[in-house]
Amino acid sequence: MRYIVTFIILFLNWVIWSGMFDAFHLSLGIISCAIVTYTTHDILFTREKFSYKQIIEVWRFIKYIPWLLWQIILSNIHVAGLVLNPKMPIEPHMIRVKTRLKKDISIVTYANSIILTPGTITADITDGEFLVHCISKKVADDLLTGDMENRVAHIFMED
Amino acid sequence: MKILAIIFIISGVFFFFTATLGLLRFPDFYSRMQATGKGDTLGAFLSLTGLALYNLADGFSLSAALVSIKIMLIAVVIFIANPTATHAITRAGIDCGVEPWTKEEFGVQSSEFGAKKEESR
Amino acid sequence: MESFFLGISLSLCFLVLLSLYRGIFGPTVLDRIISVSVIGTKTTVILLLIGFIYKRADMFVDISLAYALLNFIVTIAAAKFFHTRKSIIPGAKYYKERGIDK
Repeated sequence: MRYIVTFIILFLNWVIWSGMFDAFHLSLGIISCAIVTYTTHDILFTREKFSYKQIIEVWRFIKYIPWLLWQIILSNIHVAGLVLNPKMPIEPHMIRVKTRLKKDISIVTYANSIILTPGTITADITDGEFLVHCISKKVADDLLTGDMENRVAHIFMED
Repeated sequence: MKILAIIFIISGVFFFFTATLGLLRFPDFYSRMQATGKGDTLGAFLSLTGLALYNLADGFSLSAALVSIKIMLIAVVIFIANPTATHAITRAGIDCGVEPWTKEEFGVQSSEFGAKKEESR
Repeated sequence: MESFFLGISLSLCFLVLLSLYRGIFGPTVLDRIISVSVIGTKTTVILLLIGFIYKRADMFVDISLAYALLNFIVTIAAAKFFHTRKSIIPGAKYYKERGIDK
């Protein structure tokens, strides 16, 4: 099953990037996508079986993206205000954030979201604990309320 | 459509500008990452979206739609790649023991950072 | 519309010059890596703008994607290379030669 899904994703990418729809280019694409699928089928999907849960996860992830974009815009306005202020009122410091997320994919999503949202950067990840660099006290308090963690946990069903 | 594209591109250039200004003004390298890691991502995303909209403004055709999809794929690549690169550079700094610049009232957190470094070695 | 794109590209080139300051005089190696990564992101946009000025966007979009991917790989490789190297901090060699634990 995962052979077929990987092949379809690769072939869609081929069609978009080549931009030619004659038989020669399409058959070249089928051959190369088949070779790549055979050699790297276990990288993209690590599990053998697909279940209906994964479809729900993809749908929830798509619903998560607009909220993330809005947070990114807010964070950029915050940082732009700090930069353009002549006094530059920043108070950078390190905090540690405990997390209850277990799966690899949810930890990756959470860390990337922390980097993209107001004034925080994930510096180091040890098991169950993030080292986060915050630029001011307000954003650290915002992160410690755990709103974003609950959203990520809701996507990947770790409630 | 063209006016929307112009608004997107100009706001993207504004965020690029704040990212560069932050790169020049902030006191230490962690704070510089704060400015560039976010400002560059959003600036590139907004200006690429504006260019994709402008490309579709002259009339819809298959080749124009393909070019727009490609531009949006570049935006997605930047969106995934830029935070990862930010995290990699910051982690290199932490493992080398570059001290973060702090104000005096946050001295407690700074000493905690030192303890973290000791136990990781 | 070409003059608008030309103006945007020129202002982006000016921003590249500003970030080149951090690349030359940056106190640590990591500042230089950040500067290179920022310049790469701006160059991706500038290449697309050049494509729109010459009305060959279908060709320049491929070059732009290749540049974005290369920029990512270069940043990751440089960060991995300087991972746990003492030479990042200026003056570290000085302390090491004199036996001061810093």
